[in-house]
Amino acid sequence: MNELALLIAATLAAGTPLAIAGLGLLLNERAGVVNLGAEGMLLVSAVAGFAAAHDGGSEWLGFLAGAAGGAAVAAVFGWLVVWLNTNQYATGLAVSLFGSGFSAFVGIGYVGKQLGEQPPHRVPFLADLPFVGPALFRHHPVVYLAIALVAAAAYFLYRTRAGLLLRAIGESPQSAHALGYGVRRIRFAAVVTGGALCGIAGAYLSVVYTPLWVEGMVAGRGWIALALTVFATWRPARILLGAYLFGGVTMLQLHLQARGVHVPSQFMAMLPYVSTIAVLALISRNPLWIRLNMPASLGKPFFPGA
Amino acid sequence: MIRLDVRPTPSLAMSVLSPVIALTVTVTLGGLLFLALGKEPGRVLSMFLFEPFNGARALTELGLKCTPLILCALGLGLCFRANVWNIGAEGQFLMGAITGGGLALWVTNAQLALSPWAFFPLVVLAGAAGGAAWAGIVALLRDRFHANEILVSLMLVYVADLLLSWLVFGPWKDPRGFNFPQTVNFSASTEIPRIVPGLRLHWGFVFALVAAILMWLFMFRTYRGVRLQIGGPAPAAARYAGFSASSAIWTTLLLSGGLAGIAGAFEAVGPMGQLTPHVASGYGFTAVIVAFVGRLHPIGALLGSVVLSALVIGGQLAQSRVGLPASVSGVFQGILLLSLLACDTLIHHRLRLVGWSRRTAP
Amino acid sequence: MNRSFTRRIALGALLLGATLAACSKKEAPPAPAAAPAPAKPEPLKAAFIYVGPVGDAGWSYSHDLGRRAAVEKLGADKVTTTFVEKVPEGPDAERVLRDLVAQGNKLVFATSFGFMESIVKVAKDNPEVRFEHATGYKTSDNLRVYEAKFYEGAYLAGVVAGKMTKTNTLGFVGSFPIPEVLRNINAYTLGAQSVNPKVKTRVVWVNSWFDPPKETEAAQSLLNQGADVLLQNTDSTAVLQAAERNGKLGFGWDSDMSAFAPKAHLGSVALNWAVYYEKSFREAMDNTWKTEVTKWGVKEGMIDYVKPASFLPADVQQALETAREGLKTGAVAVFKGPLVDNAGKEVLAKDAVADDAWKGAINFYVKGVEGKVPSGN
Repeated sequence: MNELALLIAATLAAGTPLAIAGLGLLLNERAGVVNLGAEGMLLVSAVAGFAAAHDGGSEWLGFLAGAAGGAAVAAVFGWLVVWLNTNQYATGLAVSLFGSGFSAFVGIGYVGKQLGEQPPHRVPFLADLPFVGPALFRHHPVVYLAIALVAAAAYFLYRTRAGLLLRAIGESPQSAHALGYGVRRIRFAAVVTGGALCGIAGAYLSVVYTPLWVEGMVAGRGWIALALTVFATWRPARILLGAYLFGGVTMLQLHLQARGVHVPSQFMAMLPYVSTIAVLALISRNPLWIRLNMPASLGKPFFPGA
Repeated sequence: MIRLDVRPTPSLAMSVLSPVIALTVTVTLGGLLFLALGKEPGRVLSMFLFEPFNGARALTELGLKCTPLILCALGLGLCFRANVWNIGAEGQFLMGAITGGGLALWVTNAQLALSPWAFFPLVVLAGAAGGAAWAGIVALLRDRFHANEILVSLMLVYVADLLLSWLVFGPWKDPRGFNFPQTVNFSASTEIPRIVPGLRLHWGFVFALVAAILMWLFMFRTYRGVRLQIGGPAPAAARYAGFSASSAIWTTLLLSGGLAGIAGAFEAVGPMGQLTPHVASGYGFTAVIVAFVGRLHPIGALLGSVVLSALVIGGQLAQSRVGLPASVSGVFQGILLLSLLACDTLIHHRLRLVGWSRRTAP
Repeated sequence: MNRSFTRRIALGALLLGATLAACSKKEAPPAPAAAPAPAKPEPLKAAFIYVGPVGDAGWSYSHDLGRRAAVEKLGADKVTTTFVEKVPEGPDAERVLRDLVAQGNKLVFATSFGFMESIVKVAKDNPEVRFEHATGYKTSDNLRVYEAKFYEGAYLAGVVAGKMTKTNTLGFVGSFPIPEVLRNINAYTLGAQSVNPKVKTRVVWVNSWFDPPKETEAAQSLLNQGADVLLQNTDSTAVLQAAERNGKLGFGWDSDMSAFAPKAHLGSVALNWAVYYEKSFREAMDNTWKTEVTKWGVKEGMIDYVKPASFLPADVQQALETAREGLKTGAVAVFKGPLVDNAGKEVLAKDAVADDAWKGAINFYVKGVEGKVPSGN
């Protein structure tokens, strides 16, 4: 029983960075922009976060710097794809390359450095409950922040005018433009906001989760976050669910191994990707479903003149 | 404030000048960066711009590095022109390495004494089949289920990578390799013939050049190729052009997947001569950038792959010769790619300086 | 916020296209010495290729430390070295190696297993140059191999772990199921059993040499299942830090990691390649270099248990010392019969001491390790 509680706790912690980064990428994609530079953004924000937390002595400073770093890289990307109309995929991949080189470069001095001790986190009273206490209420605040962010994003997208506009732009930038909205400005804002969210996720990895900085430490989580947006069919709540599922599958696999159960790890590791493809095929099959879910202008550039 | 206006017609001058501008920007920024690091900028830059082309060995090594990039980028250029967004060439490359390498492994284990020249067409076919099959999944899901090809092809990269890893850790592991994850070395029968003895450049490079020419002919000199670029998979436009969207999807994906697969097979039976988990070295992803740097043109793909290969090789030369850390090369490469992509905007757009005060309506 | 951080951010601003204001200081890791000495005998030119970045704080870093220490010992007027980091373990390695030869290096080290086929080819074409390959198994007239008996360090860690565990459950985070790692798992377990027969070991594979978040997750899963002393065969400090955060115990690996976990750190299994690189440089200079297979351990100082925690009880320190002395004198052999695997099959007869072939072909867990080797036969 206790073991199950710990497994749940580990799943939430593992899913959190994926959820936050996935949410950021979801906002981008809802506005019609695919950012394949996610891995690079995560790396830059991880090093920025770690550096700030290390030098500034505060974890929260780390998150701030991480968000700023992610937003800065996203701004470069956004400027290129939104204002200069460069191809989103090529630019994203180039940003990924740039981000991994850049983070390695500025991070040289932070390899092998360590952060101060982390106090244990407990939600008052609730943390002492049996089972649910250790499972749900002894997490770092960012774990709860992820849930709050998801709720906020869902509210924003479906209950506010600005959210409606963002979705409209993702659906049909031309119509939004015809109605007099600054499509590019809004897309750019979405990209930068998404970058900031990825930045929080990157900082969480280097400041809280691992916590250390080494070149390349994100180790592919940017790509998983990209997969997650599809898996979640571009719905915030499903992002959270998907992130916990991804995290849960990993943790379950590791737990099974630790119990001596033999798992063919390569096939286990394929699971998230294969299931993402299956989900995509399933929802895309029905034209109505896909129209309800996938932003129609995804990946397409927008020329105001055209 | 800077404003971009769409040009009525693409600027010919800019299509020549934009790479020059990008290079100037990169060289300036890079030079400043190297200077700030206490390196001699001229010497470091020559590692990227001159040394990779200096001498017969350097040139053949450059050709070797270009070969997979050219093959992958050719197919991607066609896909992208037809609005089919295949981002997963890396996965198709890996599958080609698996099928091509698998064939070589079979020939090796069966101790078949083949002439390498007889094996060459076989490995091309095997690689093409593997890559095309992998891209075929993307095409099938796109055609039948309307599943977004970007995401499917991207996901399949990871599946292919894990499949390779399972093979070399499991069934294909060299029984006498001390449990290390690798196959046996392929037999001499399977080696791709070298162009110059003693140098690693193999006939796969010539194959890639011929493929580029054929691709050019297909794209611009055949009805079908031109039609693909106009129609793409947009159903309405395609119907006007008088052919089905699904044909565009299948043609482009199978072709590009096949080419990427051949690249993977060449890599496995060429310079590697065995399969290891390290076959994946990002060629498929780099080729996306190559395709765009080469403006989705077959000849551009040749030039683009030279640029990218020289960057990678130059980065390694700069490490051992001038002590430039690998991460700085990475930064330099990123700057060059981003400025190349950014400057191509100038072909279709005009930059105008607009006064801060009279902001025009969006 | 200290100056270094500000400077780095300023440098970042430069790269992102802003200004070139505040950068003046060198950020690069100590550049390979390039200045040729005016002295009479030409210095030996040696080169290294690393698979990771030198700043990986793990495997490649340990080789780079060894390189620098050996050069310092002999003097930069005797040996000059260069290195290339982040070399992919594919066809690129061959080109880099050939280029290093073309630059006039007379002694070339490839420090990862995946460079084996490349270095074999390059060695064949360059008989006048001497080549060294870490952890490989192919040799020729001008190519020799070397490796550290990592498992002796794992054994010493096991001795400490066996004494310190309260749950009698040890945890091991493995990278890939190759013989080297399996040796370490088994040695860790055997070391622990030598002082505490009740010990069992749980193993989790992360299928990566380097994925800090996943290493953290693997460590967490072991801790959740009752393991209270962790060892890892991966390159980062993540596992040790996870032990610290959970109030459990762990070890450093590759290098001294004591600073990362003051409460959890029981000691570090640290590599010292300098002893070998120094020997190799000397032999190349005196022309006594010849092909051989070098496997060095605690006795030669290539591997050691460093920085034992100050809180180790006296009897644990005693046990550790005894084992270490035993390894040095040869009184203790890690793999000595009778040994049974965890399915009950005898793998080493009574009183037999394992030879290199036996150690190279390990593909089983010894008794006391739980589970099954992945894709084992």
